[in-house]
Amino acid sequence: MAAIYSLYIINKSGGLIFYKDCGTKGRMDTNDSLRVASLWHSMHAISQQLSPVNGCSGIELLQADTFDLHCFQSLPGTKFFVVCEPGTPHMKSLLRYIYELYTDYVLKNPFY
Amino acid sequence: MQFFGGSEISPSPPVPTASGNNAHMMYVFNRNGVCLLYKEWNRPLHTLNPQQDHKLMFGLLFSLKSLTAKMDPTNADKGNLGVPQLPGQGCSFHSFRTNTYKLSFMETPSGIKIILVTHPKTGDLRESLKYIYGLYVEYVVKNPIYSPGSPIKSELFNTALDQYVRSIS
Repeated sequence: MAAIYSLYIINKSGGLIFYKDCGTKGRMDTNDSLRVASLWHSMHAISQQLSPVNGCSGIELLQADTFDLHCFQSLPGTKFFVVCEPGTPHMKSLLRYIYELYTDYVLKNPFY
Repeated sequence: MQFFGGSEISPSPPVPTASGNNAHMMYVFNRNGVCLLYKEWNRPLHTLNPQQDHKLMFGLLFSLKSLTAKMDPTNADKGNLGVPQLPGQGCSFHSFRTNTYKLSFMETPSGIKIILVTHPKTGDLRESLKYIYGLYVEYVVKNPIYSPGSPIKSELFNTALDQYVRSIS
C-alpha cells in the first residue's frame, strides 16, 4: 500500500538537510544518502543546461522502471524530492504542502 | 525485462498520440559514449558547442542511471554509486521531464542509447524508441559498409527517422 518510499530535502548548495525512509528494501546509510542528494543536485543543474528552449527550471519528474521521483524547487533554491511508486498521483501538491510545513516549522524556528 | 516482445523484425509503428511537430532533438550514443547520431528539429537555445553538448548529455545519462540503480526502493542489494552499470543491470530510468522539455531514454542490451527530447506534454515514448531502434538495426547495422562505432551517415536511415519522428509528435 505504501506509495511513498522516501523523502529528501536539500538546501540550495546541494547538502542534504532532511531524509526520511518510509519502507525501501535495503536502507541507505547516511553517507549514501548524502551522496545521492548531491548527485541529484548536480543532475538537476545539468538538465537546465541541456534544455532546447529558454527558461528551464530543472527536472520535475524522473520515471524509472520501479519508481518515480518527483522534485519541487522552491524560490530560494531548496529542493524537495520524493521517491514513490510509479503512477502515484498528487505528488506535486504533496511536495508543495511539505514545503509549507517546512517554512512554518523549520524556517520560522528562531533556533534553526 | 523482456526487450523485444514480438517476433516480427520490423513491428508496425505505434499509433501517433498527437499531431504537430514537437520533437526538439535526438541523440544516439554507443556504449563508449561516441555520439553516433545527433538530429535537431527545433532547438532555439544552444548553450554549448556540439562536442561539449554530447559529452554533457552522455555524462548526465550515465550519472542518472547510476543514481536510479542506487535509489531503487525494491532492490536490497545495490552497488556503490559511480560504479559503471552493465546495460540491463539494476533499475534504469526511461524518461524525465522538466518544465520546458521531456527527455525519453532507452538503452539496448548492446549499449546503444537512444534519447529523444520533446515537448513536456508528450506521453510515454518507450514503444516509439523501440521502433527507432528497429529502424537503426534495419538501416544501419545491416548495412555492410557501416563500421560500428562511427557516426551514422545513412541517408535512408535519416529520412525514415525524420518521417517517423514527425509523425509521432
